[in-house]
Amino acid sequence: MGTESSNRLAIIALHGTLDLAYPPLILATAALALDMEAAIFFTFFGLEILKKGNVDKLKIAPIANPAMPMPVPNIVGMLPGMTAVATGMMNSWMKKSNVAKLSELLEMAVDGGVRMIACQMSMDVMGIKKEDLIDGIEIGGAASFLSYASENAITLTF
Amino acid sequence: MDIKFDQELDCSGMSCPMPILKTKKTVDAMQVGQVLKMIATDPGSTADMEAWSTKTGQELLGAEEEGGKYTFYIKKVK
Repeated sequence: MGTESSNRLAIIALHGTLDLAYPPLILATAALALDMEAAIFFTFFGLEILKKGNVDKLKIAPIANPAMPMPVPNIVGMLPGMTAVATGMMNSWMKKSNVAKLSELLEMAVDGGVRMIACQMSMDVMGIKKEDLIDGIEIGGAASFLSYASENAITLTF
Repeated sequence: MDIKFDQELDCSGMSCPMPILKTKKTVDAMQVGQVLKMIATDPGSTADMEAWSTKTGQELLGAEEEGGKYTFYIKKVK
């Protein structure tokens, strides 16, 4: 049996934290560069990525995150302000490594034609309106994602 | 490496996925038959440029590394 190449990437973005916003945007933009097409389905906290002016404000919490390069004991991580400290540290590491800002990747994804699908049900649950979200996206449900993914897509969840 | 090129793209200092995004954008704007010289400093770009050329069908004529600088020659074939 020969290997059939897939040219479609379908991603579910479920989280609204600094670290977990990167992989969907990096992979979707990279897909464009590889002549592939891509869609990201933003559901639950993943919608934070699509909120206007929000993507560069996403945070990372040190609590219950033993993989932080500078491990923070949970008892310290729970102190007020520690999330801001960890977020500042991670942002400075990213900057030092010349990683593109999330807002840049988001813009490239939208401009490059990645289908950005905001989950209607999550919007209802979380009280998010269409005007709260950036332009260039569509709103849909599970069927929108599955119909796209069913056509020989590589499917990933973050 | 002595390969004639038509255009040069400097991706020094950029991290994944920027070198392949810039390369793709530049190659798209070039004519078939032209060669792009791309320079990167991201050590991951060696594997990524090979994968990029395999997937897009553009030809990687050559690649070399010297003092932390990675140079790629890409021929637009389609």
